[in-house]
Parts: sequence; C-alpha cells; structure tokens
Amino acid sequence: MYMLSIKNIHANVEGKEILKGINLEIKPGEVHAIMGPNGSGKSTLASVLAGREEYEVTEGEVSFLNKNLLELSPEDRAREGLFLAFQYPVEIPGVSTTNFIKAAVNEKRKYHGLEPLDSVSFLKIMKEKMALVEIDQSLLSRSINEGFSGGEKKRNEIFQMAMLEPKLAILDETDSGLDIDALRIVANGINKLHNPERAVLVITHYQRLLEYIQPDFVHVLYNGRIVKSGTKELALELEEKGYDFITDEVDLTAE
Amino acid sequence: MKDKQDSLEQAVLNDYKYGFVTDIDTDVIPKGLNEDVIRLISHKKNEPEWMLEWRLKAYAYWLTLEEPTWANIKYPVIDYQDIIYYAAPKPKKQLNSLDEVDPELLSTFEKLGISLVEQKRLTGVAVDVVMDSVSIATSFKEQLSEIGVIFCSISEAIQQHPELVKKYMGSVVPMTDNYFAALNSAVFTDGSFCFIPKGVRCPMELSTYFRINTENAGQFERTLIVAEDESYVSYLEGCTAPMRDENQLHAAVVELLAMEKAEIKYSTVQNWYPGDKEGKGGIYNFVTKRGICKGDYSKISWTQVETGSAITWKYPSVILKGDHTIGEFYSVAFTNNHQQADTGTKMIHLGKNTRSRIVAKGISAGFSQNSYRGLVRASKHATNARNYSQCDSLLLGDKCGAHTFPYIEVKNKTAIVEHEATTSKIGEDQLFYCRQRGIDPEEAVALIVNGFAKEVMNQLPMEFAIEAQKLLAISMEGSVG
Repeated sequence: MYMLSIKNIHANVEGKEILKGINLEIKPGEVHAIMGPNGSGKSTLASVLAGREEYEVTEGEVSFLNKNLLELSPEDRAREGLFLAFQYPVEIPGVSTTNFIKAAVNEKRKYHGLEPLDSVSFLKIMKEKMALVEIDQSLLSRSINEGFSGGEKKRNEIFQMAMLEPKLAILDETDSGLDIDALRIVANGINKLHNPERAVLVITHYQRLLEYIQPDFVHVLYNGRIVKSGTKELALELEEKGYDFITDEVDLTAE
Repeated sequence: MKDKQDSLEQAVLNDYKYGFVTDIDTDVIPKGLNEDVIRLISHKKNEPEWMLEWRLKAYAYWLTLEEPTWANIKYPVIDYQDIIYYAAPKPKKQLNSLDEVDPELLSTFEKLGISLVEQKRLTGVAVDVVMDSVSIATSFKEQLSEIGVIFCSISEAIQQHPELVKKYMGSVVPMTDNYFAALNSAVFTDGSFCFIPKGVRCPMELSTYFRINTENAGQFERTLIVAEDESYVSYLEGCTAPMRDENQLHAAVVELLAMEKAEIKYSTVQNWYPGDKEGKGGIYNFVTKRGICKGDYSKISWTQVETGSAITWKYPSVILKGDHTIGEFYSVAFTNNHQQADTGTKMIHLGKNTRSRIVAKGISAGFSQNSYRGLVRASKHATNARNYSQCDSLLLGDKCGAHTFPYIEVKNKTAIVEHEATTSKIGEDQLFYCRQRGIDPEEAVALIVNGFAKEVMNQLPMEFAIEAQKLLAISMEGSVG
C-alpha cells in the first residue's frame, strides 16, 4: 500500500511549466532521494506537495494516506502528517521557537481530536527530542530562526520534525550550506527518526548527504521529469560521472 | 489555490465584540455647546464657583481657536453643535457600595469582561468606572484611603479635595494647550483622580474603564494623577464603546505629576469602536496626555496598546524637568479597515542627565493609515540628555500605509539622540512557514503580530498583557482572508 502516490503532476510557476509529468510512489518506511541539477524542479516538487500557493497544479493527482492531497490546505496537509524541512527556514521575530512549536503541536492535536498538551508534558517531550537531535536549550528560547547560523536553522528544522512526528518528511536540500559536522548531526537526527511507519523524501543536489542517509531508491529529476530511477548505486554513479551522463542522454533522445 | 494567493490583501469584516448598547435610564442634556450648556454641566455636577469660572475661561479661549489640521488624518468637519456634552446614567439613589449599582450596568461591565464584583473579589485591582460622563462606582476606596491614597472620580475630587485639584489641574496641560485640550477644559464631565502621598507604594494597580454609551455623546474625561516624593503607582486605563453608525467624539486630557524619586506607570488598552469595514461610524479619539517628571530622579512610563477608534490623535508625552529623570513610551498601534492613527510621543528634556526611551510599533491592515509622530527635544540646559527611539511598522497587505514623522530638536551639545526605524511586511514566506507546521493563517498572523509587539506587551502588567493580546487577536480577525 502506498503512502504517497504522485501521478503525472504538471505544475506552473508564474505561467511557466516547471513540472512536466512527475510520477512517484512511496511506501511507509521507505527512503527516497530525488537528485538533479539546478533548475530541474526539485524544490518545486517539494513546494507543490506542501501546498505552496504560488505553484499552480495544472494536471495530475496526488494521493496521501488515501486522501486527495491537492484538495487539502497547507495546514491540513501538515496536520495529516506531511512535513517539509525548508531549504531556507523563515525568521519570525519575537516568536520564541518553543512557543512556535507548541502552537504547531497543539494545532495538530486539535485536528486529531486530542486535548492540547499542558506545559509540563510538552517540556518533557521537548527534552527527549532535544537529545535526539542534539539541539541546545538556549536556541529554543530565542526567536525562531532569527540570527541562527545555517547549521542551527537546519537542526531546528529536524527538531521540529521530531516534535511533530510526521508520516512523510520531505527534506528540501537540508544539506545545503552545512559543514561536515553539522551535516553529520542533521543526518543522525533524520536516521534516528526514521522508522517503519515513516517515509522520507530527501531532495538534494549532492550525493554526500546520502553517505549518511541510506536511500532505498534514487530518482534523477531533469527538466521537470524523473528521467532515471535506481537504487543507491545510481547516486554513486552520478557522483562519479556528473549529471551530464544522464542529461546528455535525455537531451539526445529529445532531439 | 489561486483564491488564497492574495489572502493578505483581503482585510475583511472585523466584528466589534463590544458593540452592545446598554438600556439604562440616562440623564441627557440637549445637543450643542454654549455658555449655558457649560453652566448646566457645572450645575448638574454641583461644582464650586471657581470650577465654573475655569470652564468658562477655557470655553472663551476655545472659541478663538481653529481645529488643527497638521495630523496625517482625514475626517469630515466636526459639528460641535451636534454633540451631547453631558449624559449620565440616572442613579436611583446615592450609591454607597457596588452592591447598590444598577444590575443592568453591572451586566454591561460583565459583557466587557470586567465584572466589578469579580474584580473586587479576585484580582485586587481597584476599578473606577466611567460610563458616559459620570463615574459610577469606585471599588477599593476604603482600603486605599487607609494608606492615604486618594482614588476617586474627578467630580468627587473637586468636592472633597478642591485644594489639590485647584493646585494641579491644568498645571501640566494648560487649558490653552491646544484645541481639544481647551474644549475638554470647558466641558469635561468626569474622569479619575489619584493622589499617592509621600513614600507610599500603591499596593494595587489602579484601573479605570471608560465606555461611551449614549448616542451622539462626546466623552470628555479628565484624569489627574499626582505622585508625591518617593511614591509609586501603576495605573490602567481601558476603553470601549458600543457600535454606532455616527461618529462619536472623545477628547480626553490626562495629566501626570511625579515629584522627587516618584514613579508613575500609566498603561492604556484602547479599544473604542473603530467603525465598520466601510469606515462608517467609530470614535474620534483626540487625546492630550502629558506627564511631568517634576522632582529629580522621578520616572514616568506610558504604555499603550491602541486597537480601536476610527481616528486616533494622541501623543502621550513626558516633560523631563527634574535632573536624572526618566521618560518612557511604549506603544502598539493596530489599525484595520479604514482606521487612521496619528500617534506618538514627545520627550522634552529640560533637566540634566535625563533619559528617554521610545519604542513604537505600528501595525496596519486593510485600508488603514498608521503614522508615528514623535518629538525629542533637548533644551540648552539638558546636559547629557539621552534618547533612544525605535519605530517599527508592520504592514498586512498592500492597501494600508505606515508613516514615520520623527522630529528632533537638540540645543545641547552633550545630548545623544538615537533613532531607528524599520518597516516590514508579513511575508507570504512567514505565513507559509507557519501553515506548513499546521498553524492556520489567522493564528499565524496573530503569532507574527504578537511577536512583533512583544517588546511593548512585556511592559504591561500581567493581566492587562493577556487582555491586550486577546484584543489584538480580536482586532485582527478577518484581516487575513
């Protein structure tokens, strides 16, 4: 049974078609990696799945946990268990990270008919998850993402993911801008959160994150389509030969 | 999906939750303003002769003035002959305690969420309520009087403590100060009076609720707070008004005096009816608020959260006369729909080593216009005067406006004046980030706005801060589509 099923998705941004027929199916517990050169549509795919309004879906279907994903508002998608770790996490001055996450957790609980967490239980859960992703308490009392370093922002994304316990986590270039230590910590966090019920979709330009996160499947996105799928060996091949060995082939057949 | 694209641009209906009219028997005088009306007001309030003379003098002066037009606000000409200058709920008999107050009136306060009985029992907040023109009930008076604190309506003060009123009324805001102050001096009907004797820290927050009930009634309240040497008081003022199609005028005067080493903290949560979403009705709020740090080492702090009124014209100011005195102004002004606010402060540094701090946060939504206007003046003798001003504006949507008019006049070389200003928009990025975490757009905007206003909210006393936060949330309802 698929958790996420994407069928022939076409999407426009400002009238320009970026996604030109994406097909992808993900089962619970699987880790998928989407790789591709700049401008191939990787982040667009993440944004479309999360429901960003500037992206207009013109064709195709997406089902998530047997629901029509495209009919759900962004907040309902999140509450159903879709989580996006942002490539560029957004700063909200004056809103503490703790309060922000508390609001998010309780909105989700409300949606599922649960009582909001009291402060004591919330703090208890927070302490557990903090250890899991090696995040510092002091970061959580600061305004969310404001003045955070690149590594702190990404770690904070993974921390939110830990707190929200999503069914499907989409990591949009989570590795970008991270030094090797930060990358290791972030990857460790993701691995610890991975379980048989939870699927992960890793979007990345480079293979190096995949040294830490073992994907079950690797897909190459090029020019708005998935042009090649394989196992983790495909990622290694890409690393070795560059994207050209695939894209040249695609461009040739297109001509 | 497209329909939500301009969600931020659609500032829609914002229901005013305090828009009920209380059906109480009211003693109203006919519309219009002339000497006889002033005599009538003074007579109804059983005032001494000197008070009447004062009023008439102010009225004569007012007649020589023209309404000011320099503020960044637009409104139709006000017909001062079309306003009721006195409206009082008719008391059945002399009131000795809260229990004797008209139950209808009490239920009004309960609708406002300020049950006096509840307040009296639970919170330890002393409340003086002004409805239309007369102060209805003052709680906690006895307990306060034991430590020498006088907290009563200004009318009562005129009767009971004429020497204090005579001495201080008009000493900070003279009747000749400006158009609306002169008008207020002529026709003021009620307000609060606080006197904190030397060395006393007032043990509770003193609080007044103002509410305009009668149709076409202007409310002209007058508040006077005197803190003697080494005393402290925290004063809260809250305002609401029922929904009316017509505009109602509110022109208050507030005067604060802080003697040596005294501190006055004055907090306002203003939620007058702002008019409907087309800009019909609402309160015109033309207020003169000023404090003087008379004695050395004294401090006056204004904190205001302004979400109401169709038009706000208000500049709570501090005259830093004593040496080493401190003036503070913390403000959040939220405007929605067609509201207009021109608000800010004046910090007048006269003494040596005086300090002032201004933190003004303006939030505009809908078609509203929100202006900060502030003056920092360091006089010739204000050696080492320091000022820090920060003005931040947040825009919700692209049909509203934010403006900043800072005026700086420095006549002493040792003075240091700093001014910082920012303008930002609630970005689609911030909104989407919140929504992706499961937070709905309305909640997300509230979160972002409260974050923006946090520095000011932190200055409010605890219970008031919670109320102010709720108020902000209510005012914002519908500002996101």
